[in-house]
Formats: sequence, structure tokens, C-alpha cells
Amino acid sequence: MPNHAYIALIPLLPLAAFVVLGLFGRKYLRGLSGGIGTFAVLVSTGLSLWVAYRYFFVEGAVTGAYNPVIALKATWLSFSPGLSIDMSIILDPISVMMIVVVSFVSLMVHIFSLGYMKGEARYGTYYAFLGLFTFSMLGLVLSGNIFEIYIFWELVGCSSYLLIGYYFDRPSAVAAAKKAFIVTRLADLGFLVGILILSFHAETLDFGTLIQRLSGPTPQMVGITTASFLGISALSWGLFLVFVGGAGKSALFPLHIWLPDAMEGPTPVSALIHAATMVVAGVYLVARLYPVYMFPGGAVLHVVLYAGALSALLAAIIACTQTDIKRVLAYSTMSQIGYMMLALGTLHYKGEATTLGFTASMFHLFTHAFFKALLFLCAGVIIHRVHSNEMRDVGGLRKLLPLTHICFLIACLAIAGIPPFSGFFSKEDILLSAWHADKLVYGVALFTSGLTAFYMFRLYFSIFWRKPMLVGGGVHSGDAGAGPLRDAGDAHGEAPFTMKLPLVILALGALLAGFVPFSRLVTYDGTPQPDHSIGFFAVAPVALALIGIFIARYLYFKESDRPGRVAAGLGDLYKTAYHKFYIDEVYLFVTKKIIFNLIGRPAAWIDRNIVDGLMNLLATVTARISAAIKGLQSGRVQDYALYFFAGIAGLTVLFIYLYT
Amino acid sequence: MSQVPLSHILVVSTALFFIGMYGLFTRRNMITMLMSVELILNSVNINFVAFNKYLYPDKLEGVFFTLFIIAIAAAEAAVAIAIIINLYRNFHSIDVEDAGKMKF
Repeated sequence: MPNHAYIALIPLLPLAAFVVLGLFGRKYLRGLSGGIGTFAVLVSTGLSLWVAYRYFFVEGAVTGAYNPVIALKATWLSFSPGLSIDMSIILDPISVMMIVVVSFVSLMVHIFSLGYMKGEARYGTYYAFLGLFTFSMLGLVLSGNIFEIYIFWELVGCSSYLLIGYYFDRPSAVAAAKKAFIVTRLADLGFLVGILILSFHAETLDFGTLIQRLSGPTPQMVGITTASFLGISALSWGLFLVFVGGAGKSALFPLHIWLPDAMEGPTPVSALIHAATMVVAGVYLVARLYPVYMFPGGAVLHVVLYAGALSALLAAIIACTQTDIKRVLAYSTMSQIGYMMLALGTLHYKGEATTLGFTASMFHLFTHAFFKALLFLCAGVIIHRVHSNEMRDVGGLRKLLPLTHICFLIACLAIAGIPPFSGFFSKEDILLSAWHADKLVYGVALFTSGLTAFYMFRLYFSIFWRKPMLVGGGVHSGDAGAGPLRDAGDAHGEAPFTMKLPLVILALGALLAGFVPFSRLVTYDGTPQPDHSIGFFAVAPVALALIGIFIARYLYFKESDRPGRVAAGLGDLYKTAYHKFYIDEVYLFVTKKIIFNLIGRPAAWIDRNIVDGLMNLLATVTARISAAIKGLQSGRVQDYALYFFAGIAGLTVLFIYLYT
Repeated sequence: MSQVPLSHILVVSTALFFIGMYGLFTRRNMITMLMSVELILNSVNINFVAFNKYLYPDKLEGVFFTLFIIAIAAAEAAVAIAIIINLYRNFHSIDVEDAGKMKF
């Protein structure tokens, strides 16, 4: 086996950048910090690509199948023989694919941020956080131990928290960071309990052993399926709880509420964390444990299927009504992740189709990373130029931002699933697997793909057409938009080179990623599948997508009262969707009215009066006693000597008395 | 030569001890207090020697102990005098009442 130790450098280089920038970035390396961070990620991207090349085309080509490889293993904490927490690196098709995606998107975002974040007061800190995130995400995808993945899971949560709250002087950003942290923490509790259940029964924490023991007729398997709670087997509980953890990170309904608010962070961060990489961690987690999920007849996979479908549909409907550019993109992310989950949930016992869902999900994850990162970075350029997130404030930007316009259009076509853009291929795979699994879900997925096309082109037409071309101060009288744009004028063109370069590279990715022969490379058991032809099956989704685009063009191409009339026509449905189905309100109601009043307040009362009361009592008693006896410490030596002798005399008397 | 009974010697050492204690509690001059402490130590020395002689005449532990106590008393006197000199520099007196700041 060739030497794999260098793979550890892939996550460790961004960590080194984090340490260096975190310690010295603010004082000594301010101007250089962007360069240092970018260089570290550049090297790790190069290494990732090299690893992927070696894995898929050199080593994999020899054996004909892609087997998992444990590249590195260091026992970190050993409980008993066979039960230990290792720091290990596992290479298999999905982890190799993920390190390429993560390091590549991270590199693009690093480069983009060189221009976007220029002149920020906490420039060094920003790059330090980006490095921390990249390290933890790469560590997460390379983890070969279920507890190791949990550690990195929390680390990505932490870096996400830090980056959402990057503008900590804005109360909304602070609130969003807290919300993201609390919601994902709540879900992570499920994850932790799930890990404990699974590893308790499997008697191991190692992924390979765990999968081996829980996907065949072994004693551990018998134990975990016979143990049950509330009539559901421990295995299903464990898998379900792990899925809950994944759903929290991946913003699936009903744990999605943090994702739209997470857009308070800097836009490149949204592109990296909340669109391309971190939010797919949940999908990755389910994929990592896929053989176990598949085994018990896929009971939990049904939950995955419906949760995915529901999230995809709900998010798409909400996305149609939002007016904040980044929020539309956030809901679109949620919808696409719903797609990936849905694809993972499609399980049935017809040979090829089983792995098709898995491959389709991973494929969509791959292509989605490109076009969604591209969309966010384009939004970043727009916001950088116009200084407003609101769709109302922008319009007619196609002449002002020609390159961004082209890139955004490519990304929109990709996400809408128009051939030959990348999203088309992955989405077709997903729809195909849904068709084989469940006709209802297929219908939902199909409808959602139409909606996707509609809301993406609603965004596109609203930003780039709709109004006459903007030159100088032609901004709508939005309070945020007017002034800064006029200042910006035409003085500094579209965007600096560092911001344009990632757009072009990602646009190429969004164009070409669909041609990667994914079914040959990434399958759940590592054996290549033949390409399957899509053919007539593609007609319905593409037609729906085109219809969606034309409706969007009809409504938003020129400024008119048509959207308003449609909204009025839909009445309550529109209003409900605009208010995000009141899910936030439900959460607020549950937390504020029920949890705070029934649990929080009594707990606070007990804490304040009983727990604190006991402590205060102790303190008061001590203080009283000392006040009473402090007179003894008179400061006169002879008094002390007297006490001393009195004590000795007392003891003497006592001992004599006791002795006799 | 008739032997002095043990009780006589113990009476002397007890008397010495309490004289020292009285001096320690009543004198305000620190040098005098130090001298009183020396009296107390010497009463202990007498006890040691006497018990050694009357209980274990063939052994010498008590005598050695006394020698150690004398050495320690010398060291202690040096330390005490150093303290007294420092106090004198601060308060310009060696009256123990004037050094009343050793409190809470």
C-alpha cells in the first residue's frame, strides 16, 4: 500500500493557517493574512485533487473497485480493546469526493474574500475562522471513527457560529449566530444519543467495524434489533437520532429555521458554509452510514425520504415569496438539500436502483456545491456593488455587472435543471430514483423542480432586468441602496480580479460538473455502475423547468403589477408562504410560552431561591460568625500567647482526664 | 552525698516555667519577653535532664535533647532580636503594645 501519511496535511494545513492567523493575524500579519490562508488552502486543494486522482484513477483502476482505505490511524482514547476513539482518516469514494468539493469551494471563497473583505477591521480574524472551518470540515469528511466525526461535527458548528456572528456589532447577526448554534446543538443531542445507542450495541466506534457488524446477521445485530423502546427497535432509534443530528445541520424541516438567519454572516461565508459544504454534512453522515440504514428494511430511510421531500417542497414555496436575495438562496439551499436527502431515502430492492439513489444524492451534492457557491458569490458581488440585499433595490444590473450576469445565469440554468448544465444530470438521477421508489414523492420532487426554476429566474430577472439599466444613482428610493451606489459610481468597475476569478472557475464547474461519470466513481459499495441513459424521462422535468422560467419571465421581466396581482390572487397561501409558514412563530410560541413559562421560570425560581439561597445562607452564616469572633484577633502578641497557653493547658487537662 | 529527690527538681522547673510565663504575659518590653521565653525553655531543659537521670541513668537521650534545645534557643533568640530590631526601626519603640497591627 502506498504511503498515505501526506493526506493528513489536507486538513492540517488550514489548521496551521488558523493557528498562525489566530495568534498573529491581528497584530503582525494583517495585510498578509488573506495570502497565508489562501496559500494553505491552495496547497490542500492541490493535495486533495492529487489524492482523488490517485484514488480513482491509479489505485482504483488496478482492483476495479473502490474499497475504503484507512489511510492513517492513531488511537486517541482507548476505553477497552476494540472500543477506542481513533483519529483516523478513511478514504472511500464519498470522502474523496467531499475533500475535493470542500477544499475547492473553500479555495474559491478564500480567493473571493481577498477582494470582498478587503479593508475589513477584522480581516485576519476572518481568515483565521475560515481556516478553522476548512480544517474541521475536511476532518469531518475524512473521519473514520464515529466519535471523531462528532468532534469535527461540533467544530464546524462552532466555526459556523463564529462566522455567522462575524459582524458581532449587529444585534441581528448575534441573534442569528445564537439561533444557529442552539438549533443545531439541539439536533446534535439526538446525534450524540444515536451514536451512543449504535456504538453501545455494536461495541465499537470505528465506522468500518460498526457498519460490518450492523449490516449483517451478527450477534450485535440480533442484540440491537431485539432491544426496543416504545415498540421501535434500538437500531431504528439509533439511526433515527443520528438522522436528527444530520437534519439539524442540513436544515431539514422542521429544524431549518436557523439557516435563513445564518445569512447574516459575510456573503462568502454563506457560500462556503451555508450553501456548499457544512449544510451537506447531514447528507454525508447518512451516506456514511448508508449500509446500516439500508439493512432493517429501510424503515428510517422512509423518514429520510419524506423529511427530504417535505423540506424540498416547503423551502421552494417559501423561496418564491422572499425578497431578500440571500434568503431566497438560503431557502433554495434548503430545498436542494431536501432533494439530496430524498434521494438517499429512495430504497427498494431492485439491484441497481438502490445504489442509484445514493449515487444521485452524492452527485447532486457535488454539482450543487458548484452552482450554489457560484450563486452566493454572485450575490456577494451584487451586494458589494449595490450595498443592498433587497430585490426591490436592485434591477437592470446586467450592463453594470456583465460577468456576474453571465455567471448568475449559468448557475440559475444549472439549478433549474436545464441540459446540459450540471444540475440537470444530478436532478434527473434523483427524479429517476424517486420514480422507482414512490410516485407521490416523485410528484413532489417534480413539482419542486418546476418551482426551483421559477424562483431562481424570479431572482435572476428581478436583479438583472426588470428595471431600466442602472447608471450612477438610478437606484429605487430604498433607504439602504441609494447613497452608497452613487458613491461607488463607475470608479471601480465590476469587481476586483480576485472576485471575478472564482466566479469564472465556478461557472466552468457549474457548466461541466455534470459530465463527471459519477455512477462509475461514487457508488455505495465501490463497484462502478454502468451509465444509465435518461432519455424520455427527462422531458417532464425539463418542460416544467421551462414553464417555470417562462412564468418568471412573464411576471418579472418588466416592472409591472403582475406579481402583486398574482400574490393577491393566491391570498392566504401567499401570505403564509411569505411568513415562512409561521414556523418561526411556532418555535417562538413553544419556547417563549411553553418552555420558558412552564420549565424555565420554575427552574429559574429554584435556582435563584433554593440553590442560590443555600449558598447565600452558607455565606451569611460564615460572615456572621467571623464578625462575632474577629475581636479575638486583637493584634496583641501577648493575647495570642495567652490563647496559646490556655489551649495547651486545656489539652493537658483533657489528656490527663482521658488518660486516667 | 545524698541525692536530691526528683520532686525538688521538678518544683524548681515548674516554678521557672511559671515565672517565665508570668514574665511573658505581663512585661511589655520585648527584650524582657524574650528573656521570659528563655526561662521557659530552660525549665524544659531541667525537666529533660532530671528525667533522664532519674528514670534512665544509663542513657543520654535527655541530655542530647537539652543540647539541641539550647542550640535552637540561641537561633530563636537571634531571630527574635532581628524581629525586634525591625520593629524598632518601624515604630521607634520596643514596647509590644505599640506593635498592635497584627490583626485582621
